[in-house]
Amino acid sequence: MRLYIKYDGIVACRVILQEQLERLDISYKLLELGEIEISNSVTKENLAQLQEALNKYAIFVVSNEKSQLIQKIKDAIVEMVYEKDKLPSVTISQYLSDKLNFSYGYITNIFSEYTYTSIENFIIIQKIERAKKLIIEDELTLTEVSYKLNYSSVAYLSSQFKKVTGLTPSAFKRIVDKRRNLSN
Amino acid sequence: MITHKDSIHILIADDDEDDRAFFSDAMMELKMNNKLTLFNDGKDLMEYLANPDIVMPHILFLDLNMPYKSGFECLKEIRADSRFKEVSIAIYSTSSSEKDIEETFIEGANIYIKKPNDFTKLKKVIKEVLNINWQFHSSGLNKETFFFSI
Repeated sequence: MRLYIKYDGIVACRVILQEQLERLDISYKLLELGEIEISNSVTKENLAQLQEALNKYAIFVVSNEKSQLIQKIKDAIVEMVYEKDKLPSVTISQYLSDKLNFSYGYITNIFSEYTYTSIENFIIIQKIERAKKLIIEDELTLTEVSYKLNYSSVAYLSSQFKKVTGLTPSAFKRIVDKRRNLSN
Repeated sequence: MITHKDSIHILIADDDEDDRAFFSDAMMELKMNNKLTLFNDGKDLMEYLANPDIVMPHILFLDLNMPYKSGFECLKEIRADSRFKEVSIAIYSTSSSEKDIEETFIEGANIYIKKPNDFTKLKKVIKEVLNINWQFHSSGLNKETFFFSI
């Protein structure tokens, strides 16, 4: 038997963090996505245990300031694409610089330098990822998907989908369905 | 968090010597930090992958038509082994039929490349493929629905 599950990665991640921090008796405060404040009295040993426990879930403690900022930029973009029912009406540059407290110029430069891609492109990839989920899991029509992701038209969504995947949305759905049938 | 300071591990299996040379030249000209390992056919590749101590590749390029073991057979064997579930598989072939493309995706390929006939195009294609693959790898995107045809 094969079950299909739906999940919210952000909620799952917060629960894992809570469970592991509580297990190790570390007092903490979950801040925004990707940030935790812990008391200064935590021993090095405890911290190492925490890191080890989290690595199993592919959650890594990042210390380098630049990689931290890259992660924050990515998180802010993911949050923007996934959490809001509708994408924000302010421009993306405004949204990111407000959220991260850096100029947009600085943010885009550092992002391109470290990720092999641009912020614009990363946003497109994330939006198409969400479109894939909406098409497969929620079985939304392309019209519904394009409304939800703020595309001005279905044609524009389709062409961006094709640019990122090389496939039309319907070919994509066909492949996913056949793959599932094959493994059943 | 992975940045481009880490190197990308790439494997290629192709029985055509010129194609292999083309590929590694193109790879070298890209300013990406990569570690490339070449195989002469599918059998060679599968023998290498059977070793439990290898460093897992990020991406594997498979030619479809190879002697001893075809790319399609390799694809099926690799996808049947959960050890390789994080490895992206890029098929490259001279065929551009929709049917062949969909068939390899259904069997578990992530990327389908129609072999370009000139070097400049090849470089461009490899660059795009490595870029998109890196985004999936470094941002925890869903590999199960990762398809890219170019």
